[in-house]
Amino acid sequence: MKALTLTLKNSPEQRIDMSPLTCQLLKTLTIEDIAALTLQSGKRKLRVDELFTLEGSDSQELIIKNSHDKLDFIGKDLDGGSITIEGNAGAYLAMGMKAGDIKVSGNAGLYAGCEMKKGYLEVSGNVGDFLGAALPGNKMGMKGGTILVKGNVGQRAGDHMRRGNILIEGNAGDYCGSRMTAGTIAVMGQTGRYLGYAMRRGTLLLWNQPQLSASFNDCGAHTLAFLPILFASFKSLNSSFSDVEQSFNRVQRYAGDMSEMGRGEVLVKI
Amino acid sequence: MIINGVTIDATFAEAFPMKATRAIITAQNEKWAMISAQAMTGFATSVIACGCEGAIERVLDPSETPDGRPGVAVMFFAMGGKGLAKQLETRAGQCVLTSPTAALFAGIDGGIRIPLGKNLRYFGDGFQISKVISGKRYWRIPVMDGEFLAEATTGQVDAIGGGNFLVLAESQPQALAACEAAIEEMRKIPNVIMPFPGGVVRSGSKVGSKYKTLGASTNDAFCPTLKGATRTDLSPEIESVMEIVIDGLTKEDIDKAMRVGIQAVCDLGAQQGIKRISAGNYGGKLGPFHFHLQEIMA
Repeated sequence: MKALTLTLKNSPEQRIDMSPLTCQLLKTLTIEDIAALTLQSGKRKLRVDELFTLEGSDSQELIIKNSHDKLDFIGKDLDGGSITIEGNAGAYLAMGMKAGDIKVSGNAGLYAGCEMKKGYLEVSGNVGDFLGAALPGNKMGMKGGTILVKGNVGQRAGDHMRRGNILIEGNAGDYCGSRMTAGTIAVMGQTGRYLGYAMRRGTLLLWNQPQLSASFNDCGAHTLAFLPILFASFKSLNSSFSDVEQSFNRVQRYAGDMSEMGRGEVLVKI
Repeated sequence: MIINGVTIDATFAEAFPMKATRAIITAQNEKWAMISAQAMTGFATSVIACGCEGAIERVLDPSETPDGRPGVAVMFFAMGGKGLAKQLETRAGQCVLTSPTAALFAGIDGGIRIPLGKNLRYFGDGFQISKVISGKRYWRIPVMDGEFLAEATTGQVDAIGGGNFLVLAESQPQALAACEAAIEEMRKIPNVIMPFPGGVVRSGSKVGSKYKTLGASTNDAFCPTLKGATRTDLSPEIESVMEIVIDGLTKEDIDKAMRVGIQAVCDLGAQQGIKRISAGNYGGKLGPFHFHLQEIMA
């Protein structure tokens, strides 16, 4: 069976809610049923075939071509299957994802991977603020799975993160890892101000020395046994994180945020 | 059956169902991984009084260990899952957590999960850190030499304990030399351990005793000094008998270990004073697994 390919006909005028187009919701539908589904766009409801041309029939392997940054909620609550996005994705990409994988060739907007539970999200470009974070008012962000971003990410990446890995090849904005409860965020590039602001537990793994707040205390240089295991788990990724040259086990350890529980850590490559 | 002048008795070893687990200890070098493994598997010769039977299975190359350091695989066998879990945890806490540079990982991925570092984490007094990597949970416990890294759980599987064979020789040095040769070959077989000191036991037992408080006592039928004093199973020229006990994950594993072990003994042959190979059993009424020596060597 050929992958179900949705090609966006024109740049949309309003933002479009793509949440009905996830693999598990399309499983029992025929291609005609899928074409007749309606998507919320502004205050209007538009049929899928009004917005996209449809090709193929394997709804468990979805390809969105000519994608646009006004396409929100792509892969929301995805529970298995794969979604490949050629172009940019809008806000709330992979929100609450439970299983499966999503790959984006372009950039993604705000709240990508927010409250994600499991699965794999890969963005080749840049990502907006609140990557892997909790929705406003919620206390738990990403709870599992892996997010790989090859570009840069905005502010508050991993806000309220609970579990899982966020891997950033580029730079991270301000407040990276803020209010983290656990999990790992690895940043190969530079990080902004207020790194790990109010983090309770969790690990921020950095390749470059950050500008740390006064509430992070230096614990000295250490060789940590878990790092080779962590890097080995990245081996299968199509990323610099899988490069043996990039792995290390010797770090400067900073504990914080001491204004919170102080059980978090910033590990900087030395 | 006679191999190289050694008589293989038409008898069988009788073995019992047990629960087993495996753990991997790594350290800065093989020396310290081995020290930790030896401590962890100490006083684990027999379930009769040790709570479990345990031994080093084999030395692991750095490429085979989870953290890429030199390592040692250890296995433990007990009559029940609860007892096994208790023994594993106590031994891990006292012998691996305490051992410089050591880390502890699961050696069995499937099976029922039993705690490895799961409860040892409390030693961290709140400073312990959990990391879930590729679906496995690890605990990083701060200790004075840095961090003790332990996988949260390991697997417990059904196994077999009590496979055995007896080496009957004309002298004590000859019996020991034959057992040493057997153990050297048997240690190359995966999934089995020989839990007694150096893999060899000289105090084989029978069920029961003249003393009411004892459930087991010396196997007088195989004691050479009692040849004239009891209903002996030994011919006049036998001066020493030693036993090798094997615990393994499956019947096939024990079969294989017994085969290479007996073969190594037979290779020394009658010329080196080895006269007979026999085995310990309880008449076939107690253990469901029977290892017939002649079938194994056929």
